[in-house]
Amino acid sequence: MNSLANKWVTDWLGDLGRITLLGKEAFTSLLTLRVSWRDLLYQIHFIGVKSQSVVLVTGAFTGMVLAAQTYFQFHKVKMDTATLAVVGVSMCSELGPVLTALMVAGRVGAAMAAELGTMRVTEQIDALRTLATHPVDYLVVPRLLASHIVLPLLTVEAIAVGIGAGYGVGVFLLDIDPVYSWYNMLRYTAVQDLAMGLIKAFIYGGIIAIVGCYKGMTCSEGAEGVGHATTEAVVYSSITILIANFFLTLTLGRLLQTL
Amino acid sequence: MIEARALQKGFAQQRVLDGVSFRIEKGESVVIIGRSGCGKSVLLKQLIGLQKPDAGEVLIENENIVGMSERQLMRVRRRFGMLFQGAALFDSMTVAENVGFAFRRNRSLKPREVAQKVAEALEMVDLPGTEAKKPSELSGGMRKRVGLARAIVYQPEIVLYDEPTTGLDPIVADSIDQLMLRVRDRLKVTTVVVTHDMRSARRVGQRILMLHDKKIHATGTPEEIFGSQDPVVKQFINGVADPKDTYF
Repeated sequence: MNSLANKWVTDWLGDLGRITLLGKEAFTSLLTLRVSWRDLLYQIHFIGVKSQSVVLVTGAFTGMVLAAQTYFQFHKVKMDTATLAVVGVSMCSELGPVLTALMVAGRVGAAMAAELGTMRVTEQIDALRTLATHPVDYLVVPRLLASHIVLPLLTVEAIAVGIGAGYGVGVFLLDIDPVYSWYNMLRYTAVQDLAMGLIKAFIYGGIIAIVGCYKGMTCSEGAEGVGHATTEAVVYSSITILIANFFLTLTLGRLLQTL
Repeated sequence: MIEARALQKGFAQQRVLDGVSFRIEKGESVVIIGRSGCGKSVLLKQLIGLQKPDAGEVLIENENIVGMSERQLMRVRRRFGMLFQGAALFDSMTVAENVGFAFRRNRSLKPREVAQKVAEALEMVDLPGTEAKKPSELSGGMRKRVGLARAIVYQPEIVLYDEPTTGLDPIVADSIDQLMLRVRDRLKVTTVVVTHDMRSARRVGQRILMLHDKKIHATGTPEEIFGSQDPVVKQFINGVADPKDTYF
């Protein structure tokens, strides 16, 4: 039992170290490399455009549920018109970035791990290396850069749709006063809330790309190896996002309050 | 010149190479033979730095590549071309994009010049006019030819072949042998082939190294190896299985 725990801790620390090194290598490459615009645009299209439906549905229904739940509680203390303010703050600073990141991790992180994992087991990554191409430059950097660019944009989209859908539910289904609702939302939702959401989204984009690429590039042989890598990419990136969210909320909350 | 000095390599509890040493001169054509799983491909990948040995040295033109970082190795690998066992073509790209990959990445040539180089390389492997095809549209033999075109398009000094005829019918395998000879003679490259196809070894090799029991067991010209009275060499060449041998 003790040796199993030791092995688990050793593996976990080893993974963490290798992911950090991959991140460092990608960051260094990002600073010095002439990025291939074609590859970058392809990745932006894959991560951003093709995630539209997932992000729109997630954002809309999260905003709607949040508005309904908040209304049911606030109605008891006659604070109906504060409903949209809660939706606004929650969507901007927490639910927008976190749920968007989790959905993209499920769709894109898995796809990255599967694609790179298949390339690894079919020796395509070795072939890249024999063609004097560093796999991090060619495979990781465009994905990382595209994720960093796209996640904040998708988050803004999810926030806007979530607030709009919450407004629709509040005003048209639950008969909340539209003018006061809107006024309260603008009053209580600060620029700092949106800034926090965007900073978080930027960081989550990096987590999704790095974990997905790492799991793909280090997967074990065969179809089973690719399957494991895909599952682990989604699980690890989702858990990392949720843990990072707590620390980011504390840090950014303090930092942005001072501005 | 390629030199391996006392290479050792193991995976988990199993050691596959233990003190492998040899030297390959410039322009030479060497075939490494041995039973499946004896570490031939591992050895080949160590020559180009795709795998690092646990101990020992690999010298390319007297430069030890074992301690090099991935970025330092990129400079050394420009001397090499490699044909993989499954061809390892990039399946999201066309044949032309595969073959011209290195040029497109380096942006050293204009698109028209790249297209011309690609056409010449495909001509050399007898696949003219296939530029627009995807790897999924090609047969096993055609994939190997495209892999070879990709390996030789930027005129390397050394070409490595990992099981080039495995999985091909005898006629296609023969055509791949002819291509290897053509590439060797026209481009004057150093050739290292890993195979267990004895017909191919005899045709392509000027010298044969036999890997057995983690070491180089025998070395010599094809005539010497095929005429050897060594029981291990003889058994391998004649392809006679020992029912008691469950080692592999």
